[in-house]
Amino acid sequence: MQKIKPFDHLILILGALFLCAPVVMALMSSTHTAVDVHSNGLSLLPGGNGIETYTKVLTHRGGFTGDVTGLLMLRNSLIMGLGFAVGKIVLSMMAAYALVYFRFRFATLLFWAIFATLLLPLEVRIMPSYQVMSELHLLNTYTGLIVPLLASATGTFFFRQFFRSVPDELLEAARIDGAGPVKFFIDVLVPLSKTMMAAIFIIMFIYGWNQYLWPLLMTTDESFYTLMRGIKSILQVWVGSQIPDYNEAFALAVLAMVPPVAVVVIFQRMFIKGLTESDK
Amino acid sequence: MAELTLKSVGKTYAGGVDAVTDVTIDIKDGEFIVLVGPSGCGKSTLLRMVAGLETVTRGDVQIGGRRVNDLDPAERDIAMVFQNYALYPHMSVRDNMAYGLKNRGESKAVIEERVAEAARMLELGQYLDRKPRALSGGQRQRVAMGRAIVRQPAAFLFDEPLSNLDAKLRVSMRMEIRKLQQRLGTTSLYVTHDQLEAMTLADRLVVLNGGRIEQIGAPLEVYRKPASTFVASFIGAPAMSLLDAHIEGGQLLLEGHALARLGNAAGPVTLGLRAEDLRIVDTGLPMRVDYIEELGAQRIIHGMVGDQALAVTDTHDTPLGPEVRVALDPARLHLFDAQTGRRMDKRVEQVSVPA
Repeated sequence: MQKIKPFDHLILILGALFLCAPVVMALMSSTHTAVDVHSNGLSLLPGGNGIETYTKVLTHRGGFTGDVTGLLMLRNSLIMGLGFAVGKIVLSMMAAYALVYFRFRFATLLFWAIFATLLLPLEVRIMPSYQVMSELHLLNTYTGLIVPLLASATGTFFFRQFFRSVPDELLEAARIDGAGPVKFFIDVLVPLSKTMMAAIFIIMFIYGWNQYLWPLLMTTDESFYTLMRGIKSILQVWVGSQIPDYNEAFALAVLAMVPPVAVVVIFQRMFIKGLTESDK
Repeated sequence: MAELTLKSVGKTYAGGVDAVTDVTIDIKDGEFIVLVGPSGCGKSTLLRMVAGLETVTRGDVQIGGRRVNDLDPAERDIAMVFQNYALYPHMSVRDNMAYGLKNRGESKAVIEERVAEAARMLELGQYLDRKPRALSGGQRQRVAMGRAIVRQPAAFLFDEPLSNLDAKLRVSMRMEIRKLQQRLGTTSLYVTHDQLEAMTLADRLVVLNGGRIEQIGAPLEVYRKPASTFVASFIGAPAMSLLDAHIEGGQLLLEGHALARLGNAAGPVTLGLRAEDLRIVDTGLPMRVDYIEELGAQRIIHGMVGDQALAVTDTHDTPLGPEVRVALDPARLHLFDAQTGRRMDKRVEQVSVPA
């Protein structure tokens, strides 16, 4: 047993409090009324308006068309997050498979070309991407929202490194066992990559979930509103004597946090299992 | 069940490196052939060419009379056991063995029966539902062999299957492989760098050096009549001592000592002496003792004759002085051409008593 050092614990506790405080504050403030929040500031204690706020946020029809509810935004965000995560995993696994297992000219060059796109964040290529989607008449569609961002240098890179660590004998054994390229991919590589997929899923889901600029550009139709845009739009109403619905913004923020946290909690176990099981 | 024929097979890697040159081997149905040689001698490349994992640059590989040079590994009707087992880590032992059969579209009943049969033969019955990582090295290697057996292939290919096991397990697995092969009667090609493994397993040995065949023959034949100094030093432990000697006036002279009367032509030769063919005696060739390896049943005395190393096996355990006398049986000495290292016929006329 190690000796318990009070000072170390104090630092850890302070750190934990420091990180948790904003979340608790958001959660607690969301249970007060907007007026309360506006006049008394943020609070650390629960108020009496919780159920009302959350019901309103989830079901109140807002926006210009009066059709946008919190549930709809939640659904859109989920579609974005899942679409991104799944699409990116499928695409980057196949790209990495081709790069690692097939001998074709310029494979290395291609890989570095893909890798170099890591240097170009979305914001740099957002206008051309928008233009392409607009000319394909894919504005205001889920396809337009998701597909252009699916190519993932990060994912391709991770899967490439992982595939390279799989022993060659496994491929050779599979070839002798009569497994063709597709069978080897599905029967051997995909099951082996589970933990890798979990890790990429976490990263990419959150990436998709947090997208703000891209949906803002791509969709003008309010039925494609995501949570990120919803929060922003609540705070945008500060005109004249109107008080923004702080409590609702907080409630949406809290709601927006739930799915990513759930994803991390669910996949973390697989992720850690994959890291600790040395025997691949 | 088929014969396996290699006809002047050669392999040149991109970049012009010749890994295998002009290898011709006829393997009879049911024969156990061991390819042996030091690392980098091309034995694994040769095996992988038979398996179809490497392309054949020159020559023909035939399995059961069928030329397979351009066939996929799966179409060659062979099964391979790898050094690191290459089991599918995410599949149970049962699925590992069944995978090849499933891909061949065998019926469930056939798969079930063959896996059960192989599991019984290899005593893997109780592990069928485990994952490979829950097995020991020896068990994993048995699963790998099971995977080969269930396919009932024309030939087994083994690529140093015992190298990852500890010494004791290696000996018992060696016996198991041999027994299994004899029972199944499947033509086998086995690659190893361990000469002891090669000697004990093989019907015939193929000694490779630098991508060429040095000698093909039954283990004892190779041991007793090594075709070259390379084979002589590679097969047998301790290695055969190779000494520079010469023949003069019908006498074999080593460091000035006459060892035997030979009818060979005069000139320099390489003399090969196996440790167990030499005896420690009272009068004979003088040898300075360097160090002694105690092996229990016997000891190996390493020493110098002049400035050339010599090893002698001795079964006594009497203490030795700094110099001993060694006697040899001229019928058991080996002569090699001093230049080419090839074996020379010797014509023994009589034993001379060395001074």
